[in-house]
Amino acid sequence: MRVITHHTPDAMLAAYAAGNLPYAFAVVVASHVSLCEQCRAALEAHQMIGGVVLEETGAVGVSAALKDDILAQLDAPFTPEPVFERTGAYPGPVMEALKGRPIRWKTLGMGVRQDILSADRNGSVRLLYIPPGQAVPDHGHNGVELTLVLQGSFQDETGRFGVGDLEVADEALEHTPIAVEGEACICLAATDGSLKFRALMPRLLQPIFRI
Amino acid sequence: MIAVRDTRDRSAFVKLFDHFAPRLKGFVMRSGVSSHQAEEIVQDVMLTIWRRASTFDPHRAQVSAWIYQIARNRQIDIARKENRPMPEELKEEPGSASDASQILGVEQESVYLKQALAKLAPEQREMIEKAYLGELTHQEISAQTGLALGTVKSRIRLGLERLKHELKDLKP
Ligand SMILES: [Zn+2]
Repeated sequence: MRVITHHTPDAMLAAYAAGNLPYAFAVVVASHVSLCEQCRAALEAHQMIGGVVLEETGAVGVSAALKDDILAQLDAPFTPEPVFERTGAYPGPVMEALKGRPIRWKTLGMGVRQDILSADRNGSVRLLYIPPGQAVPDHGHNGVELTLVLQGSFQDETGRFGVGDLEVADEALEHTPIAVEGEACICLAATDGSLKFRALMPRLLQPIFRI
Repeated sequence: MIAVRDTRDRSAFVKLFDHFAPRLKGFVMRSGVSSHQAEEIVQDVMLTIWRRASTFDPHRAQVSAWIYQIARNRQIDIARKENRPMPEELKEEPGSASDASQILGVEQESVYLKQALAKLAPEQREMIEKAYLGELTHQEISAQTGLALGTVKSRIRLGLERLKHELKDLKP
């Protein structure tokens, strides 16, 4: 397996452990950790710090009935949480976000396709399919944007991103990612701002030869 | 916890409850929920611990770290009525034996970590607590706890390095 060189920023892993990332970002971070041993170990370090905070937060006495209530339920039947397995290029958390449905690619023009997994006012997460050599559509992110490569690779002003690599772009970054020749590039992309599609079509129609 | 996982030992589970339930309640109440609501969450977390015990791996996590993640996820899932995305579980290679030094390493790390946290200035420590209680966004964590978090995390790495040395010294 190739060596992953672009990782989840540490503060983002801490916020993920604390459950304080928007859902769209959490899907991307969970997917990256599924592919990346280094970030899994870093996440475990954050969980360990969380465990110490839990241990050392002041205890508050629980009511006498609580223990009995819980013990009485140990044998109760329950439905185990479904486990979503990695399928081809798609890690478990992507399969979970698809909720069992197949991928439904919608054409955006120039051979670029997308499937929106989730979108609300806290952000959106989608799969993007970019044909080899094609520029990644500029969807005008106005917050932080995370892009995780699941297949193929892309290249922009900041470097080359292959399978498992995570790019973190803030609004200050002006970049034009282009899918590298060869295999089509499939990415999992999330933003924490609202959707902005107006810029998409005109931009796609422009010939882009910037690299 | 191992007895809960491997033999579904109820008395071991009661011990786990006696230790963690009051801490979980205090932890959950820090985010401002009532005592009653907190107990509902504690109940949910304790049952989740029982039901997901098979996923606990002492090679990778301390019991408190594993419970911390379950508690945060359940608390948020209940509040937002959604499922937090979780990474794929690591699959154990068939026939792989338990590695005592690795388990010891995880234990040691948490000792060093507690020491590192205890040495922080009170306001730094408070920031760390806020971060892991889910009160800070990732931008706030990076702006406000960067230095303290770095110090604490370097202790974890240091701990493992030191342990490697100690084990090496023990070898004939
Ligand atoms: Zn990584």
